[in-house]
Amino acid sequence: MAEVLVKIQPPDHPVHMPEPAVFSPQVEAEIDRHLAKYPIKRSAILPLMFIVQRERGYLDPPGVQYLANRLQLRVTDIWEVATFYSMIHTKSIGKYHIQVCKTLSCKIMGAGKITKYCADKLGINVGETTADGRFSLSEVECLGSCGTAPMFQINFDYHENLTTEKIDQILDSLP
Amino acid sequence: MFIGAIGCEPLQLRRVHLERSRTIDVYRRNGGYEAIKKVLDSLSPDDVISEVKKSGLRGRGGAGFPTGMKWSFVPKDSPKAKYVVCNADESEPGTFKDRYLLERDPHMLIEGMLIAAYALGARTNYIYTRGEYKYLIDIMDVALDEARAAGLLGEKILGTNFACDIYTHTGAGAYICGEETALLSSLEGFRGHPRMKPPFPAISGLYASPTVVNNVETLTAVPDIIKMGGEAYQKLGTEKSGGTKLWSVSGHVNRPGVYELPMGYDDMEKFIMEDCRGMLNNKQLKAVIPGGSSVYIMRADQIIGKDVRMDYDGLVAAGSMVGSGGFIVMDETVDVFESTKNLTEFYKHESCGWCTPCREGTDWLVKIFKRIDGGGGRPEDARLLLDLCDNIEGKSFCPLGDAAAWPIQSAVKRFPEDFEKHLSGNGQPGK
Repeated sequence: MAEVLVKIQPPDHPVHMPEPAVFSPQVEAEIDRHLAKYPIKRSAILPLMFIVQRERGYLDPPGVQYLANRLQLRVTDIWEVATFYSMIHTKSIGKYHIQVCKTLSCKIMGAGKITKYCADKLGINVGETTADGRFSLSEVECLGSCGTAPMFQINFDYHENLTTEKIDQILDSLP
Repeated sequence: MFIGAIGCEPLQLRRVHLERSRTIDVYRRNGGYEAIKKVLDSLSPDDVISEVKKSGLRGRGGAGFPTGMKWSFVPKDSPKAKYVVCNADESEPGTFKDRYLLERDPHMLIEGMLIAAYALGARTNYIYTRGEYKYLIDIMDVALDEARAAGLLGEKILGTNFACDIYTHTGAGAYICGEETALLSSLEGFRGHPRMKPPFPAISGLYASPTVVNNVETLTAVPDIIKMGGEAYQKLGTEKSGGTKLWSVSGHVNRPGVYELPMGYDDMEKFIMEDCRGMLNNKQLKAVIPGGSSVYIMRADQIIGKDVRMDYDGLVAAGSMVGSGGFIVMDETVDVFESTKNLTEFYKHESCGWCTPCREGTDWLVKIFKRIDGGGGRPEDARLLLDLCDNIEGKSFCPLGDAAAWPIQSAVKRFPEDFEKHLSGNGQPGK
């Protein structure tokens, strides 16, 4: 028992909290505009997380520290919310995030083939990112594009009525 | 994809095909902002609620609760701020109507919210849109700026003492936030967990203040109700289901789309075979989920030759529900075991984890589906699935638990042959 207790002693090096992220005056002004919409600051947590994600690629520890300071919340409050929402990324993700809808209307219209085609073309599995950091591939739940199935969303852009030719065209034309 | 009205003059979809339909100019040239003017000129808040009650409008998000009654629950004498929150979190599988309303006629929503805010005495109001619809939030923000510049938002609207503001808010990928109390938790900056009811949001909603949460399609019906009068709107539909309804049609039909039908449209077979141009590749109809993924699945023989009337009562009599109007058509190639497994995975993914029956139950349902799918099905598994559903249905704070149970209960009972063929395995977990 004593040995176990020794094992969970804190490490002998101090724990460093990351320095909060720093943003440009333009981004700070954008954040102020969101905060002004609500009677309590906490309400702005999701819009602000999207801004931090856009600026830093994902919600990283300095970004979390920034939000905690800005919203006058604890770091754990930020993580608690961040880990609930599937669009908030707490790990780095490819420049282009391909999100293939897998729910029923898309499934019966051939979503499985779309996913497989993307995976083969990019040489990755669902949930992975290409080695050059350019593409990540995910399967997601209904995106409200059922009448134009099958479809995927790349970052925030909808691409509907997909065929393999169309996928080639879309992926090859990305900058 | 088709967008338009069948069997009635287009009401909600009146402007969607006009060029620049999302601009305030086109909206105004085509009857826009006349209703709010009429309200501010000649109607009291109680008059507005009374017209909405007369219209027979029921919540178009899925629950179908009478809108006028919902509004009348907000206490008039409360000293607290009041809020109108538009639910644009459209996430029910098979549903995509709100998307086109927001994309093509955002001012109709602003006008509907202004009227609701006037009726309820709300100064600050929010549109909660799912995070994936970011392009629609951008469209709404432009429309809100146009309305603000035209003196339709802010102080002294149209020269009166009425003051009102509307702001957009983003979700971030959680189906549960379409449930009204979870939406409010999310809007307050917390995880999207539903709340115990009562108190209902009308008493204690956003920031513990009286709040009305209405779907996009519900609020966009309000300007027409005011303009034509509640009774005239009700008469477009049936006695118990007033007005028109948008149906999002997807799956194996030749012409999917957003269809505006009068409530009580007769009948579902004609709708599929003629209006939606029949089945894709001339295959046989096998099943329809008429009201979004959560409602009971229907067999073709519950539809063909049965004169199913498309309104709240008609669909209940036929063995399903209007729900959100997410109308998913499936042909003979679909294995209902597979389609039910797909929806169960959806509910497992989207269960917020707050209530044990839903969190654990949906997880076990998926485990069982996967075992069966991997060759480990046993004859008693159909009963096991139903037992599990019984332990979820009605036992969670919000209807997500029910929504996970209903598709399975109806699929096992109505398509036993599709399940049986998977249930003769070895009872072992799959690979």
